Amino acid sequence: MNNDKLIIGGHEFNSRFILGSGKYSMKLIEAAVKDAGAEIITLAVRRANTKEHENILDYIPEGITLLPNTSGARNAEEAVRIARLARELGCGNFVKIEIMRDSKYLLPDNVETIKATEILANEGFVVMPYMYPDLNTARDLVNAGAASVMPLASPIGSNKGLATREFIQILIDEIDLPIIVDAGIGRPSQACEAMEMGAAAIMANTALATAGDLPMMASAFKQAIEAGRKAYLSGLGRVLTRGASASDPLTGFLRD
Amino acid sequence: MVKVNGEPLDIAGKTIAEYLATTNYDMKRIATELNGDIIPKATYADTVLKDGDSIEIVSFVGGG
Repeated sequence: MNNDKLIIGGHEFNSRFILGSGKYSMKLIEAAVKDAGAEIITLAVRRANTKEHENILDYIPEGITLLPNTSGARNAEEAVRIARLARELGCGNFVKIEIMRDSKYLLPDNVETIKATEILANEGFVVMPYMYPDLNTARDLVNAGAASVMPLASPIGSNKGLATREFIQILIDEIDLPIIVDAGIGRPSQACEAMEMGAAAIMANTALATAGDLPMMASAFKQAIEAGRKAYLSGLGRVLTRGASASDPLTGFLRD
Repeated sequence: MVKVNGEPLDIAGKTIAEYLATTNYDMKRIATELNGDIIPKATYADTVLKDGDSIEIVSFVGGG
């Protein structure tokens, strides 16, 4: 297990839990990062204001890789613009592409996401595209230079779990990049299940932000993700299609 | 007039550095775009704002 690294764009990580930083107090970030054991945290880019003197970067512990997203982008052009601004903010060259033109379900636009991935990969970004789990799109993202693929489990912020389970499994089986399940994972058990399936990592935000005790939930997710990873590496036991299989010897019964 | 994050301000003729010096932005935590192009911090002092320009000043916030 000690050599089991998550590798994204040539960068090695021990943790397989990518933490979101939205919808909760900046003051909880340090505890969340620590209890999640996270090494990557996502951020958004917005117009700066001069009224708040606190900046989220002051709350993120040192050594954490920042993963800015392109939320707010409605097409590839806007995503590229946000990614460039994020890089100019001076915290590395990772970017999570997030392009939505639907404000009700917040579903990603796969076509625009492929276009943005190609442009940003050519500019030297480590590109992690958020996408609707579709094998053809995933293959296009590989060809466009993505460093990972981030399929959604269910609509963003819904905490509904692995609604797209079968399609994520196809990506895990067919795509040679880390498949990081992003969006919709609401419970540690769902994160564990995705890891058992062979997902490379889990990204979660709302599951924590809407939990009763955020740092404790971060810790629960950490353990679930580690358990799921170990189960995957062990190789899950088989499932019988019919009947039963005794776990006890079928001889030496206490009878005639 | 120059638009700063969507708000029209009477700052044409100033450099970006001169304008920013009149604000409370945390200089270490911002990035700036002028008419859609990123302006590196090193050129703030040389970039003069013209009437009709549009600047975006951004920073990181919490997000998923």
